[in-house]
Amino acid sequence: MIRYLLARLLTFLPTFLGVTLISFAFIRVLPGDPIIVMAGERGMTEERYAELYRQFGFDQPLVVQFWTYLTGVLQGDLGTSYVTKRPVWDEFFALFPATLELSLCAIIFAIAVGLPAGVIAAVNRGKFFDRALMSTALVGYSMPIFWWALLLIIIFSGNLGWTPVSGRIDLLYYFPQVTGFMLIDSALSGQNGAFASAVRHLILPTIVLGTIPLAVIARQTRSAMLEVLSEDYIRTARAKGLSPLRVNGLHALRNAMIPVITVIGLSVGTLLAGAILTETIFSWPGIGKWMVDSIFRRDYPVVQGGLLLIASMVMIVNLTVDILYGFINPKIRARK
Amino acid sequence: MSVAAARQSPLGEFWYYFRENRGAVIGLYIFAVFVFVALFAPLLAPYDPTQQFRQSTLLPPAWAVGGDWAFPLGTDPLGRDMLSRLIHGARYSFFVGIVVVVVAASGGILIGLIAGFAPKWLDTLIMRLMDVILAFPSLLLALVLVAILGPSLTNAMIAIALVLQPHYVRLTRASVMSERTRDYVVSSRVAGAKLPRLMFITVLPNCLAPIIVQAALSFSTAILDAAALGFLGMGAQPPTPEWGTMLAEAREFILRAWWVVTFPGVAILVTVLAINLMGDGLRDALDPKLKRS
Repeated sequence: MIRYLLARLLTFLPTFLGVTLISFAFIRVLPGDPIIVMAGERGMTEERYAELYRQFGFDQPLVVQFWTYLTGVLQGDLGTSYVTKRPVWDEFFALFPATLELSLCAIIFAIAVGLPAGVIAAVNRGKFFDRALMSTALVGYSMPIFWWALLLIIIFSGNLGWTPVSGRIDLLYYFPQVTGFMLIDSALSGQNGAFASAVRHLILPTIVLGTIPLAVIARQTRSAMLEVLSEDYIRTARAKGLSPLRVNGLHALRNAMIPVITVIGLSVGTLLAGAILTETIFSWPGIGKWMVDSIFRRDYPVVQGGLLLIASMVMIVNLTVDILYGFINPKIRARK
Repeated sequence: MSVAAARQSPLGEFWYYFRENRGAVIGLYIFAVFVFVALFAPLLAPYDPTQQFRQSTLLPPAWAVGGDWAFPLGTDPLGRDMLSRLIHGARYSFFVGIVVVVVAASGGILIGLIAGFAPKWLDTLIMRLMDVILAFPSLLLALVLVAILGPSLTNAMIAIALVLQPHYVRLTRASVMSERTRDYVVSSRVAGAKLPRLMFITVLPNCLAPIIVQAALSFSTAILDAAALGFLGMGAQPPTPEWGTMLAEAREFILRAWWVVTFPGVAILVTVLAINLMGDGLRDALDPKLKRS
């Protein structure tokens, strides 16, 4: 096991270094001079330019620059935003809870609907219910979620007036940020209607962000279940006279869960990519919207730092899934 | 496998299994219509996609109250015919799909073949590089790449192709790894085949099945991602009638004119769905494991 752990970690390090290198290169291959972007062209003298050039270390050899960047990154220094003048690290972690809350709700929604749907489809293989569910799943999987979001807004916000169009909570509520999770903070605040408002703001973004993971989980659960259901031990369980619920729900699902858990773990990247679109449409103040805004504002340190942090997060989650997988399944461990 | 199927040509056998999946056949028909519309857009569209009818802005579809049969699917805020724009939009999506798949697949297959045949250090280097690309959420990386290259449809295609290409590398390498030690490859090597021949003529044809399925899937991903980039303002630029860009332009009218938002999205969804249906069918028809069951 320790050998497996070490092997996984050893492949993690070069990848992390590569990700850092890409984020580092990003600011240097951009069109335009980063110093001009930062300081503005007005009142720029040659001396001032040279001073800034030195100050930001552009006169150093690239290797030295990368080393400085890397040591900075490892100490949590990702530079300062051109626009807000705040450290990128602080901005990221101030906005991250909003994205985390939305992503967690989306994945819970996806699992809560997708898992039972997949099981039911597998048990009723080939019947109408299976076909209807799987067709719906394929539609969900093919969905352009930015359009799906607009459609839901037209129906639920425009026509029915049930849900708000943007933000995390109504402007009338104000309370201190404790955890950064609006659902928890609004409940803690004890203000009447605050929690309900937070929930109503969360519903549409959750559905939009959860749609693709839901479809993937439903499809994956179905195919994993089908594979398991044809195993001998399932036949034995049936022959013993166990109830279908016990056979399907306990014996089969437990083993079918292994690939499903992997899919759930690996959907972090999908969620973060989806968050870019979802947060932009619903004006959700998370890191997805922050990245898009920064790209448009040409706030390069933010784009660079955000890119690195998001990629690192995806990598750490994937690594964790890999290691957990090794724990659950001894066959994987032995292969290495 | 039935006797009749076993004696058919490879293409006949493929069709035999593909036909089994009704969804896939429907997907194929829809895709054929999509290709037809894309190829003959200028002949099919009633108007030029950028022609503005100033007297008829935001006209609803013909069957709705206030609609006009001169504009069957209505007009957009600038008085342009929605139907003509949608028909021309098919061109862009088709073009994006083709270019991205060709670029990503040819690059990915080549790199994958090299990784599969290369000495260990080069293989490791290539695969770690692919891991690095895969660590970034694809849409985010494409977005940043387009920000570097400048927003346009061409750059969006380059970015998407680059982001999708590691999947081909991994698939090709994995297939090469399992084929490389087979007897037919060893005998070909013993018979004196040089490396390029081994790579492209002996091994590659036997690795194609999963790659074809991947090509179908990345065709739809490419269309979706290009539309998403267009929607974010980083893809095709107005007045190009690209479906995602059309949605972005229509955003502020969503509560006033449902048709300017609904139709481009339906076009994207139906196209992507048809390709995914086809992809499922391709997988069933090309996967030998499923054939036996």
